[in-house]
Amino acid sequence: MAVVVILVLLAAGSVLFHLLSPWWWTPIASNWNYIDNTIIITFWITGIAFTAVVLFMAYCVLRFRHRPGNTAAYEPENKKLEGWLATSTTLGVAAMLAPGLFVWHQFITVPPDASEVEVVGQQWLWSFRLPGADGRLGTTDTRDVTPENPLGLHRTDAASLDDLIIEGGELHLPIGKPVKVLLRSVDVLHDFYVPEFRAKMDMIPGMETYFWLTPTRTGTFEILCAELCGVGHPQMRGTVVVDTEADYQAWLAEQQTFSQLTASSETSPTATAIAAAAAQ
Amino acid sequence: MVDVRSGIGEALPPLEVEDVELYHPHSWWTRYVFSQDAKIIAIQYATTAIAIGMVALVLSWLIRLQLGFPGTFELIDAERYYQFITMHGMIMVIYLLTALFLGGFGNYLIPLMVGARDMVFPYANMLSYWIYLLAVLVLVASFFAPGGPTGAGWTLYPPQAVLSGTPGGKDWGIILMLFSLIIFIIGFTMGGLNYVVTVLQGRARGMTLMRLPLTVWGIFTATVMALLAFPALFVACVMMLFDRLLGTSFFMPAIVEMGEQLQHGGGSPILFQHLFWFFGHPEVYIVALPAFGIVSDLISTHARKNIFGYRMMVWAIVIIGGLSFIVWAHHMYVSGMNPYFGFFFATTTLIIAVPTAIKVYNWVLTLWRGNIHLTLPMLFALAFIVTFVNGGLTGLFLGNVVVDVPLSDTMFVVAHFHMVMGVAPIMVIFGAIYHWYPKITGRMLNEVLGQIHFWVTFIGAYAIFFPMHYVGLVGVPRRYYELGEMAFVADSVHTLNAFISVMALIVGAAQIVFLFNLVWSLRHGRDAGGNPWRATTLEWQTPETPPSHGNWGKELPVVYRWAYDYSVPGAPEDFIPQNQPTPGRLGHEAIS
Repeated sequence: MAVVVILVLLAAGSVLFHLLSPWWWTPIASNWNYIDNTIIITFWITGIAFTAVVLFMAYCVLRFRHRPGNTAAYEPENKKLEGWLATSTTLGVAAMLAPGLFVWHQFITVPPDASEVEVVGQQWLWSFRLPGADGRLGTTDTRDVTPENPLGLHRTDAASLDDLIIEGGELHLPIGKPVKVLLRSVDVLHDFYVPEFRAKMDMIPGMETYFWLTPTRTGTFEILCAELCGVGHPQMRGTVVVDTEADYQAWLAEQQTFSQLTASSETSPTATAIAAAAAQ
Repeated sequence: MVDVRSGIGEALPPLEVEDVELYHPHSWWTRYVFSQDAKIIAIQYATTAIAIGMVALVLSWLIRLQLGFPGTFELIDAERYYQFITMHGMIMVIYLLTALFLGGFGNYLIPLMVGARDMVFPYANMLSYWIYLLAVLVLVASFFAPGGPTGAGWTLYPPQAVLSGTPGGKDWGIILMLFSLIIFIIGFTMGGLNYVVTVLQGRARGMTLMRLPLTVWGIFTATVMALLAFPALFVACVMMLFDRLLGTSFFMPAIVEMGEQLQHGGGSPILFQHLFWFFGHPEVYIVALPAFGIVSDLISTHARKNIFGYRMMVWAIVIIGGLSFIVWAHHMYVSGMNPYFGFFFATTTLIIAVPTAIKVYNWVLTLWRGNIHLTLPMLFALAFIVTFVNGGLTGLFLGNVVVDVPLSDTMFVVAHFHMVMGVAPIMVIFGAIYHWYPKITGRMLNEVLGQIHFWVTFIGAYAIFFPMHYVGLVGVPRRYYELGEMAFVADSVHTLNAFISVMALIVGAAQIVFLFNLVWSLRHGRDAGGNPWRATTLEWQTPETPPSHGNWGKELPVVYRWAYDYSVPGAPEDFIPQNQPTPGRLGHEAIS
């Protein structure tokens, strides 16, 4: 009997925990509320399945536990029941998969009007690059990374010269505009993760990855690294600020271009910043 | 299709097989140490696996102490923390679960359950164990090597695994880890081929494939999968060793490490992930399928009822085994691989939920109209169903590509895989040990100690891992030595973390009760007799308990029926052993 009580309490407790506990996702700040909705659908379907199985087990233990004189039934197979259960499971699974694939298609289809911003990871620091006046990001190569050129831009590529470089500082994004986040790493795997955006993606040395989003709420959010990148992994933090258009333009005007940075590289604080980060 | 339940009604003359081909021990050394008896090898495997598992348990305590009470313990710095999580994960997955299910239960149960005298290649079987032991020793050696063990996470993702920002990356740690895995795979291949050939070639007369107990089906399928999956890990380990020791660039692109250009170039870190998970996902089922098989037999025996839908159960095992080779990249949805892969892998992953769900239905339908004896094996089987269903259902979150995006790399993932491939299979291991210990030793395990062990372990483990999902839902990433200040993490999350840690300490301590019971009952346990659970399968019908070398005395058993003739209407007893011809006064017609 204790088993029955515990099983029922466990099922009920799990449901109550889900409904009453204060631990829930942080309010969203991007267009990916579709993802949140799919999670809610999945919670409902799986929650019902879990409760049903556990309560059914509890009932079986209560009703069919061994008592003197009890005998079990002999029923090797029941094709009808097995077929019915397989079909309903398939339908439940399809009900979760279909919206999931639908939203995934949106997730990987970048709107044509999305602006580009690049995030570069290195142990254990975030850097950012925005296209300059030409609206294009210049080409890069990890082989060209030096203390004066921490993101490895090609000096010979004209498109690189006006790129805005933000090293270890804040990234600002304008509200309501789709942005394609290009991701790159110069050393190990990292993962650009802002919980409020829901989206995340690994950053891989030697290749470029991406995701896109539309910020929907102004505010200051933390950037975390979500892929183990060595002992400094938990300290790899950054900040992203979602601005109104006016604030964004004001911030943009303050940023330095690649050519400005290289011109002042002899006295640049970035070289010392890297040395300090490496020494940590 | 054939009716699996019963076949030849008439008794056949037993097949006499002179047991000349077995190597009989001549001394204490060849009897207990360099033994070629699968049962001794099984105990050696299990003892070694449990011993190294205790190391993993202590590591889990240290991990939880840091997560629940950050900054309290000076012993646990960031480097050590990453070494602890890496070694905990690797030990649990490979050196405990894989070794215990296949090397331990596989060795003990396959020859007995199929009615063979031993594994078909006893010498290779013995070598398999000693090579496994060597792999464990190399792994343990890394704790004492300069720089300590690797802290790359159990997934060992390059480039960080072989770079200086990771503990053991430029020291001995990663090298010993990779060597240990390579040695393990060599040893496993010897054992694995043995299990497969024994199941296919060593079965007693009348033991058709469709009369095998599901335990054998689970272990057999898992072994076939392991033989196909481990080579991917093997080559990945060899290539990473070359990258680390010889300066090749299989997984290494151009890299600037701490401001310094490395000599590598052109390699692909993501290639390693594909190889790792091509092994790693089947590995989940290499652990799960033996558990599925064993728990089916525990439920059937202790509910005194035939397993419901036997043929469906067999096909589900085989289909899950096959499908598990085409779902690996669901571990890589946010790895940066081509995003269109997501459609394919999400679909295959959710398809695998269907045969898995069928297995769950058949377990609970076996309970339906049963005669449920709430013995310790049954309690652990029930706990398995609860934790497996819970962990399996959260797999539907993570397998559904877009839902995985916010949840991947958070504590939700940690909670999910611990529930589904940690807690659930370990529940089966415990149930199986309570079930077969009487056959292995001739004595019952103590019931009171067992009840204490069960309740603390089951409720405690659920209280650890169920709330942990919500820590992940909040957004807390995994593999964080300390959370520090995170604006989106409320103080109550830290309180919850402390609670989880306290529960982990308690559940860990409960395992001491279990170990004590194992040792104490060897001498003081109640005498078990040959078949204390009144079970049908062949291992309970041996002439001696514990079975002697060669298992069956002079005559091999002949099998007349499937493994699940419990509570057959009209039969004098509520079980009919597989090697019993016509059940008492009952004819074949009456039960078909």
